[in-house]
Amino acid sequence: MRGSCCELVLNMGNWIINNGLTAFILVVWMAINIFLFVWFYFFYDLGERYFYTRHLLGCCGRSVRKQLDKNLSFHKLVAYMIALMTAVHMIAHLLNVEWYNNSRQGIYDELSTALSNLEDGENTTYLNPIRITNLDPQQIPTYFVFTTIAGLTGVIITLALILIITSSMEVIRRSYFEVFWYTHHLFIIFFAGLVFHGAGRIVRRQQDEPPHNSTFCKDRPADWGRIPECPIPQFTGGFPQTWMYVIGPMVLYICERLLRFIRYMQAVTYRRIVMRPSKVLELQLVKNGFKMEVGQYVFLNCPAISQLEWHPFTMTSAPEEDFFSVHIRSAGDWTDKLIDIMQNLPEGAQGPKMGVDGPFGTASEDVFDYEVSMLVGAGIGVTPFASILKSIWYKFKDSNPKLRTRKIYFYWLCRETHAFEWFADLLQVLEKEMEERGMGDFLTYKLYLTRWDQSHADHVMVHSDQDKDVITGLKQKTYYGRPAWDKEFEQVRKENPTSVVGTFLCGPEALAKVLAKKCAKYSDVDPRKTKFYFNKENF
Amino acid sequence: MGKIEWAMWANEQALASGLILLTGGIVGVAGQFRGWQFAAYAVAAGVFVCLLEYPRSKRSKGTSVERTGQYCFTVCVKAFGPLTRNYYVRAFLHAAICVPGGFMLSTVLGCVCLGIASLIYLVAAIRGEHWEPILPRKEVRKPVTESIKNPPQNPPPRPPAEMRRKRVDDLEGAAYDNPISVTDD
Repeated sequence: MRGSCCELVLNMGNWIINNGLTAFILVVWMAINIFLFVWFYFFYDLGERYFYTRHLLGCCGRSVRKQLDKNLSFHKLVAYMIALMTAVHMIAHLLNVEWYNNSRQGIYDELSTALSNLEDGENTTYLNPIRITNLDPQQIPTYFVFTTIAGLTGVIITLALILIITSSMEVIRRSYFEVFWYTHHLFIIFFAGLVFHGAGRIVRRQQDEPPHNSTFCKDRPADWGRIPECPIPQFTGGFPQTWMYVIGPMVLYICERLLRFIRYMQAVTYRRIVMRPSKVLELQLVKNGFKMEVGQYVFLNCPAISQLEWHPFTMTSAPEEDFFSVHIRSAGDWTDKLIDIMQNLPEGAQGPKMGVDGPFGTASEDVFDYEVSMLVGAGIGVTPFASILKSIWYKFKDSNPKLRTRKIYFYWLCRETHAFEWFADLLQVLEKEMEERGMGDFLTYKLYLTRWDQSHADHVMVHSDQDKDVITGLKQKTYYGRPAWDKEFEQVRKENPTSVVGTFLCGPEALAKVLAKKCAKYSDVDPRKTKFYFNKENF
Repeated sequence: MGKIEWAMWANEQALASGLILLTGGIVGVAGQFRGWQFAAYAVAAGVFVCLLEYPRSKRSKGTSVERTGQYCFTVCVKAFGPLTRNYYVRAFLHAAICVPGGFMLSTVLGCVCLGIASLIYLVAAIRGEHWEPILPRKEVRKPVTESIKNPPQNPPPRPPAEMRRKRVDDLEGAAYDNPISVTDD
C-alpha cells in the first residue's frame, strides 16, 4: 500500500491522460512561451536587459524610436500571451475547483472522499483545499475563491488585466490617451497580486514522511492509520515561485522610474523661448551635466500642465552648442497648453518648471564618416536633421577631424512647409554662412512639396524669374511632387565620380526600400568609382 | 480628460464582458458544473451582449472606426430606436443581465466585468452621450446652381465702350446681336 502520489492527484492525472490533446497543446504553448522568453531575453542581449523589462512593463528606455516601436510590438505580444495564459489558467482552475468541490461533497469514489476528508489539524494535513461543506454546494466554489489568497488575488488581477486590455484597444488609445495611460497603471495591482497569488500554497503534494505508498494504500482508505504500511499521508503546499521571475524586471522598472524622478528634480533653465510661425514653439534649455548626441530625443514633463505626463521630443540642437533645444508643434492638449503658457509669459521671464528625462536614442555617428552624404528627411522626419546639419556645419567650421564629410545633398520631402518654417530658416542661415565663407557648394538641398494644387503652380509660374524661392525664401528652388530618385542618384554620381556616398533616411519604410534599391543600382563594382551605402538609421 | 467619450470605453468593456460571460458559461455547461443552468443562461446572455455591443457608435467628434462587418448589426440595433440609443437603458440592462452570473463561479468574472461596463455606460449617459449608427455616407450631388444656366448675356467680343454706354434714350437701338449664341440651346 505504498505510492508516491495520492488519488486526487491521480484524478487530475487521469484528467490529463484523458484530455491528452488539450494538455499537449498546453505544454506546447508553455514551451513556446518559455522559448520566446529565453529567445527575446538573449535577443535583446544581457547588456540591454532594460529592453526586456521595459517591454514587459511598458516603458522604453535607452532605445531608439524604431526600437521603441519594436519594444511596443513585443510588449503587445507579451500582453496577448498573458491574456491567453490567464484565460487558460482560469478555465483550468474553474474545472479544478468544481472537481475539488464534488470530491469534498463525497460524490466521487471512496478514495477521493477519504482524501478530501483529511483535516488541516494537528496530526493531519489536508489535501483538498476546499474545507467547508455546510454551505449550498453551488455556492461553495464562489465562497472558496473569495476566501482564499489565490482565489481573491486571482479575481482581482484578472479584473485589472481586463480593464487594462479594454482601455488599450487602439480606438481608446488613439482618442482618449489619458484613460489608456491611467488605467494601464493597474499593472501595479496586477504584479502585486501575481506575486502573492501562490502564498496560500493550496496546490498540495504528498510529503515523504511518513512513508505512505499510494500504489498499495489507494485501495484501502479505510485502513489508513490502522496498518503500518499506510499511515495517514501528510501533504504540504508548493513554494510560491512567481516572485522569482518578476522581481528582476520589477526592480529594474522601479530603478528607471526613480532615475526619471531624480532627473526631474534637476534644475532646468530656459535660455530662450521663441514662438516660430505656424504655432511652433522653440525652447532652448540648459541643464547641468546634460550631454547629447545628434538625433537623440528627450522626454519633457511640465507639472503646471500635468503632473504625470511625459512627452517625447527630438532635439534640434547640435551637441556643439552649450544648450539643447526642442521644437514643439501644436499637436494636442499638452502642447497647446504649453504654447499658451509660453505666449503669455512676460518678456525675458523664465518658463514654468520643466522636467527633462534623457537623452534617449542611439546616436548615429556614421553620418560624419562619409565623404559625401545624401540625407533624406520626410515630413516630421526632418527634425533630427536639424541637429545633424547643425552639427556637421559646426564640425566643418572647426575643422573637426571626426568629420569626413565634404559634400552634403539634403532632400527635404513634405506635403507642405506648414510648421516647418523654422527649418527653412535654419537652412537659410546655413546657406548664408556658407556663402560668406565661399563654401556655397558644401550643402545642396532640395525641397519637394508633395502636396500642391493649381494655385501653388500658378504662383510659382508668376515668380519664376526671381532669384530666391517663393515658398521658402531659399536660393534653391522648390520642386513639386516626389523626387525622381534616378535623376538624383545620377547627379550625385556625376558630381562625385570617385567617392563613397552614405545615404541616410528619416522617413517611411516604403521610402527606405526605394532608396536601398537605388543605392544598390547606382553603386559601381569598380572601387575607384562611386559607391552608395544605404544606412538604415533609426532617428 | 475633457474630451473623452466614455461610451467608447464602455463599449469595449461590455463587448469583452460578453465574451467572458460566454466563455464562463460554456465552461460551466461543458463541464456539467453544479448550477449549469446559470451557465446556460450566461451563454445566451453573453451572445446577446456581444450582438448588442458589436456595432460601434458614431463618435460625436472625430472619425469613427467601424468594426469589421458591423453594418448588419448596426441596422438591427438601430431598429430598436430609443431603447438602444439611450445609454441609461443600456446601463440598467447590463446591470440586470449581469446579476444571474453571480450565482455560479464560472460566470462571476463575466458578471463583474459587465457590471463595470454598466457603470461606465451610466457615466456616459449622465454626460449626455447617446448611440448613433455609423451609416455609409450617401453621395449628395450638389444641385447645379442657377447661375450656370444664365451666362452673361453680353460676353466678349463686345463692341467698343461708346456703343456699350447705356443709351437710356434709345434702348432699342442700344441692343445688338451677339455673333455667337450665349445659351445652351
